Amino acid sequence: MSFSEKWAIDRRLVSATLFLSLFGIAMIYSAGQVEVPNVVTERAWLSQLRWLLVALLGFTVLSRIPMPWIEWAAHPIYVLGIILLGVTLIIGEGRGTAAGVKSFIRLGGFGFQPAEIAKIATILWLAQNLSDRDSPLRTLRDLVKPGAIVALPLGLVMLQPDLGTSLAFVGILFAMLYWAATPVWLLALVASPVVGLFLAYDTVVWSTYILIVIACMVLFLRSRLFLFESVALVLANFASATLARPLWNSLANYQRNRILVFLDPEVDPRGAGYQVIQSKVAIGSGEFWGQGFTQGAQKRLDFLPEQHTDFIFSVVGEELGFVGTTLLILLFGYVLIRLLRLAAVSDSSFAGLSLLGIFGAWLVHVLVNIGMTAGVVPVTGIPLPFVSYGGTFLVMSWVAVALAVRLSHERI
Amino acid sequence: MRIYHPLALRRRAKDLVFATGVVLATLIIAFFRLQVLQSDDWVLRASSNRVRVLPVPAPRGTIYDRNGIIIADNVPGYSITVLPGPVDSVRATLTRMSEHIELSDLQIERILAQLRRFGREVVIDSDADFDVVSKIEERRAEFPGVYIDMRPRRRYNLGASGAHVTGYVGEITADELEMEMFPDSVYSPGVIVGKIGVERQYESLLQGRQGVRWVEFDARGRIVGDFAGVERTAPVEGKDLHLNLDSGLQQWIHRIFPDSMSGAVVALDPKDGGVLALYSAPGYDPNAFVGGIDTETWAGLNENDQKPLFNRSVLGLYAPASTWKLASAGIALDAGVVTPDEVMPDPCEGQWYWGNRFWGCWDRQGHGYNTLAEAIGNSCDVYFYQLGLRLGLQRLLDRSTDIGFSQQCGVDLPQESSGIFPEGPQFWQELYGYRPTEGEALNLAIGQGPNSQTPLKMAQFYVALARNGSAPAPVIAKGVASSEDWQLDLAPEHLESLQEGLRMVTAPGGTAHFGTALEHWEVIGKTGTGQNPLSVRGLAQDHAWFAGMAGPPGEPPEIVLVAIVEYGESGGQVAAPIVAKAADYYLRSKRGMPIDTIQTYREHILSGPVPQWYRDRFPRGFAIEVEEQTTLAAAVEGGS
Repeated sequence: MSFSEKWAIDRRLVSATLFLSLFGIAMIYSAGQVEVPNVVTERAWLSQLRWLLVALLGFTVLSRIPMPWIEWAAHPIYVLGIILLGVTLIIGEGRGTAAGVKSFIRLGGFGFQPAEIAKIATILWLAQNLSDRDSPLRTLRDLVKPGAIVALPLGLVMLQPDLGTSLAFVGILFAMLYWAATPVWLLALVASPVVGLFLAYDTVVWSTYILIVIACMVLFLRSRLFLFESVALVLANFASATLARPLWNSLANYQRNRILVFLDPEVDPRGAGYQVIQSKVAIGSGEFWGQGFTQGAQKRLDFLPEQHTDFIFSVVGEELGFVGTTLLILLFGYVLIRLLRLAAVSDSSFAGLSLLGIFGAWLVHVLVNIGMTAGVVPVTGIPLPFVSYGGTFLVMSWVAVALAVRLSHERI
Repeated sequence: MRIYHPLALRRRAKDLVFATGVVLATLIIAFFRLQVLQSDDWVLRASSNRVRVLPVPAPRGTIYDRNGIIIADNVPGYSITVLPGPVDSVRATLTRMSEHIELSDLQIERILAQLRRFGREVVIDSDADFDVVSKIEERRAEFPGVYIDMRPRRRYNLGASGAHVTGYVGEITADELEMEMFPDSVYSPGVIVGKIGVERQYESLLQGRQGVRWVEFDARGRIVGDFAGVERTAPVEGKDLHLNLDSGLQQWIHRIFPDSMSGAVVALDPKDGGVLALYSAPGYDPNAFVGGIDTETWAGLNENDQKPLFNRSVLGLYAPASTWKLASAGIALDAGVVTPDEVMPDPCEGQWYWGNRFWGCWDRQGHGYNTLAEAIGNSCDVYFYQLGLRLGLQRLLDRSTDIGFSQQCGVDLPQESSGIFPEGPQFWQELYGYRPTEGEALNLAIGQGPNSQTPLKMAQFYVALARNGSAPAPVIAKGVASSEDWQLDLAPEHLESLQEGLRMVTAPGGTAHFGTALEHWEVIGKTGTGQNPLSVRGLAQDHAWFAGMAGPPGEPPEIVLVAIVEYGESGGQVAAPIVAKAADYYLRSKRGMPIDTIQTYREHILSGPVPQWYRDRFPRGFAIEVEEQTTLAAAVEGGS
């Protein structure tokens, strides 16, 4: 292959993500335009612009690293990520409204989120592990190792506690397992105790659910499951149902409220439901064409919560209207599908799996972040890739882009 | 099988593209619902989110006295208001606020309940001190959802002296909002309304109409500015009110009323029934009620045994005692059962035997044979027993009822007690279960028995004596037409004899002479010694009455006054000087004369020699007492 081919990058993916980043800076600028100005939010866009320059620099360097180096580095990076997460639990600190969440490590003048590094590290190390296989994962035992690779950082992030980011790990795991030819029914069975956890609020509902699960195992999956697997899954379901109440009680008040409010924001319009309602008010009042860039009234009057970070999409909705939200969602769709396309044509299973990990993480981010602004998923603190204000996340997203273009274009 | 076979990967990628498409399509549908299908609702919600209608209170009308002096007006006051918000954060804000203003936990909960119930702003302090306001403004960020604006604040210039006339204002209550006198078109929660007194009586006149402003708020409850979309409606100021009251006289009465005593003083203009002064002691400071009275002051007013909130002048019911003898006399003259010059067949020997028992006169020495005027001057009970008997119980009841002794005066105040007087024999039957005998007429004739009147009622009756027998209902507000309420058909010579009787009371030798003799004016009137539940049992002194009128000597009276001092013992010594000095003040200030030399004769001779004006005006009185200064002072001290 020619030199230019070897060093070529996927222009479409990079253009789309670069556009998203610049668009994000514009929206962060707009989010700072309020009636009662605040120095920090007013200048956030400048800070984000500086981070973008850092990210692009990192991108330029990383996108030139040969794939074998990346494969070789996967394990050390993973170990480093786990250590950083561990350290975070000890010396981490919170930020802004998530002050109670220990997610930042402060180094000198700036802080960063180890969870973002751990995400990339987990993707690489899991890709490394799954790429060696030549047969699909068919039994629970097969899933133990990949499960453990993801569960470790996921658990550490949960301890921070950062529910939103831990969801991204779930996305990574499932997307990559699917890519490694794990049957959907097995994935569904693995997920069944988690689903059961949420259904356990009502004994009748849960009983019906567990009967359906058992019926499926008996009727369709008898030949594919070992007995001990079936027993283990049923036991896991019972365990999660039993744990539901203590787990619910151990949740912080704000977390419980978020779930209750998701079911009906109006139960507490001035308390936990406030964010969702204000976000919907802003988005809904954007109507079809939007109120115009920087012109959003709810945003200007500070009604929007977290308007330059987690709820930046509400600003988009208010100022750019349905046209803006649809185009932005489609653009994310383009990026996600581009990742799938690159993975599909990749010669390397490591490359494909890594791309799928990135895909899984971003899909969760996009779905949960955008979904919560419209009230279709519960509110969890999770940023919108490239658009939300936040240095570490922007840089690591660009690291992911660099990996994606590097891995996808390197022919072995 | 190779799990990463290109064809297998393509199939999986295709499935995932489809899944991604479903997820994103779901999101787009959600936004389509929000931004296209339901957008109208959200737009509406957005504007109600940030724009609030705030009331702009209208200044109440100014209240003036008869001379154009301001009795009640408005000064700029700071009002602290809290907007509805998340319950916990409002509670936290109010708790922080309680470090600066008086705000108990109970009040905080009440405010929260109000916010929840009405979903609109609640005034937490409508009269904040300037330093409190500046402290809060400095710490603006600690008080989200709180705003401070300037509102007109009521000020009562007469303070405690005028409290029972002006009344006071306060925030409208939920109960009041239900009332017909507070129509929804003008009144809403938070509006300041008159609670009592003239403020209440003329509420609809004084109120005006509050305006509105549309204000844009940010999420923390900070006012960003007036909302450009809607014009603000300016408040309409309430109309001014002019009273017949003489604020100087009102304050003067407050000054001369015996300290620590309870009672009432009423001054009426005999010309038109205008209320010149309406005083009830003890008073209270109506300014304390403006902006919400603090609990301590409120408890103090309510627990005070003297009941400062009770307006004795129109609500207090007292046995009128001897001041009522004029009513008996008037009715008897009217009925033609006595003539001014005749004497009763039985002389007063200190008591009188009738119906198997002795009826005592207040003076055991007896008064001998009296004409009507002399009987009034001596307050001779024996004379009036016989007069009552001549009238007969039925006629006495009928005529007293006709002239309204069992009714209200109809003064323009929200509350007034009706007089208590039997309208017929059934009164005794219903109350005590027996048919009254003629003996009741004896008691009623001297102002005893089941007869209780307000000071205002007695004043209205004395207005009739000062005029031609008719008395208009007392009116506080100027320009309010008063109905000619009472009609006592008295021939001029009958009226003359009644006034002559009153003159004897204050003439040298009369019971009230020392306390009422004035340099420039003639005061005539009647003392009264009102029994009360405590004095009957010897636990306290009787109530002291004096009802009279004053004017330049030889001219028709220009002011009618009634004073009652609870447990004051002596009408002549305690109540009469109040009437005399109040009359002196009014008549002097009306003519622009200096008012710093007002003294009754009694005060003159207690502090110095007999003044020349007294020798000139009362040669007879001077002749009596000229012998010795000391005897004089002794007489003053010992007088009845």
